[in-house]
Amino acid sequence: MQFLISMHINPAVLDALTDEEKAAIGDGHGKFIETIKKSGELITTQALVDPSQAAVVSVRNGQPAVTDGPFLESKEYLGGFYLVDCENKERAIELAALIPDAAIQGLGVEVRQVMFSAGLLDA
Amino acid sequence: MTVPSREDLLRELTPQVLGALIRRYGQFDGAEDAVQEAVLAATVQWPDQGVPDNPRGWLVTVASRRLIDQVRSDQARREREWATAAQAGPEGVPDTDDTLVLLFLCCHPTLTAASQTALTLRAVGGLTTAEIARAFLVPEATMAARISRAKQRIKAAGSSFSLPEGAEREERLRVVLHVLYLIFNEGYTASSGRDLHRADLAREAIRLTRMVHAQLPEDGEVTGLLALMLLTHSRREARTTTAGDLVPLAEQDRARWDRELIDEGTELAKASLAAPELGPYQLQAAIAATHADAATAEATNWPQVHALYLILERIAPNPMVTLNRAIALAETRGPQAGLDLLATLDRDERMAGHHRLLSVRAHLLEKTGDTAGAYELYRQAAKATASLTEQRYLESRASRVRP
Repeated sequence: MQFLISMHINPAVLDALTDEEKAAIGDGHGKFIETIKKSGELITTQALVDPSQAAVVSVRNGQPAVTDGPFLESKEYLGGFYLVDCENKERAIELAALIPDAAIQGLGVEVRQVMFSAGLLDA
Repeated sequence: MTVPSREDLLRELTPQVLGALIRRYGQFDGAEDAVQEAVLAATVQWPDQGVPDNPRGWLVTVASRRLIDQVRSDQARREREWATAAQAGPEGVPDTDDTLVLLFLCCHPTLTAASQTALTLRAVGGLTTAEIARAFLVPEATMAARISRAKQRIKAAGSSFSLPEGAEREERLRVVLHVLYLIFNEGYTASSGRDLHRADLAREAIRLTRMVHAQLPEDGEVTGLLALMLLTHSRREARTTTAGDLVPLAEQDRARWDRELIDEGTELAKASLAAPELGPYQLQAAIAATHADAATAEATNWPQVHALYLILERIAPNPMVTLNRAIALAETRGPQAGLDLLATLDRDERMAGHHRLLSVRAHLLEKTGDTAGAYELYRQAAKATASLTEQRYLESRASRVRP
């Protein structure tokens, strides 16, 4: 079963962290990647640039319009994700709990099963 | 019978050659890699040079060389060992078929089901890591890591290369059958997209189960599982439309069912019931055979299906079995009787919000004439499923009863 484990970050919360805390998050992700690579559960992971760099695209009457993002007016934004293939939802939740963000108040880690995919894994 | 193709021959010999190597050198991990390389060498050389007189011996010799090549880094020593391995040749190979022992090893209880299936397909099925990765829709690197981890685990568990005895053997055989069942299901439930590769998994599971059945013809559950697979596989053409939409059993064009598979499956299902003990696969095969026996959905012997589910529920209690029994009960005693039985599942937290419970209840409500209730539940079921094909089907059912 494939799951997307998405990390919802809050730039204000991240800014308030000490350098040591930030370094610990980086190390934690490094270890996590190593763990799920070795276990044969990692498909891919990506981290995104700061939400202030986002562009929002809409097409009205066939004309595209681009505005500065992000789209959601929110404190939390999608910061990155892990795409994993694991035994079941319980295991995906177990994996999510290993992500350092899960231990930080104000950051969110969400698990959702994949329903359809194309491209990356085409035969 | 036609002459087996070169590929079939290689796939059949793979577990035998691997078994011989493990018997001789003891290391599963290295032996497995060496056999893959020997098989690769055969696919390259045999088309040009012809299949050797003793293909099994050829593969054992080549794989032995590769294995020794792996473990001895010293050049001079390697040369000597090569010579020894080449001399030992096929004569030194015991003429036993270790396929079953190998299957027990690959389905080692310390492994996760995902690792058991991957390792079984590679070591016993002779598929390459790339092929397995494609079938399970993961990158090759992911599958390679999974297989390598599985081999390390088996090594760490210090398992001996022999068939387990007595109660342990029974228990381990259940795991083997479950893994084969999972491989089959992975192929059978394949839907949109790359379904071709996944349908191959169903065929591969049948091939492997046939191998187990050939070695354990008296085991009722092995026979039952093979029968269940054949009977289920017989419906594959009829269970989806050309557009890939699901067709429920009651609406399938039974002329498109594969008669040959049904005949073989039905014979095996009958034979399996003669075994002294009755297990879940035998009963599920008997249920599938009952469906296969009906020329039309209306002609189904529902009292028999219900009775079989009742026995299955007693020997292997499981909410999914109760759910299926509710469908059979609704056919014999009306939709309300089915709904009453479903109500007993509401307390089961494994079933809370499960799309199958929602969709069966929707279906039975529709039959009672409560279209508003059915509509609501079909919609909920469509939201709860993780299968796109099933979602499309449930949404179409919802549209049909939209108030």
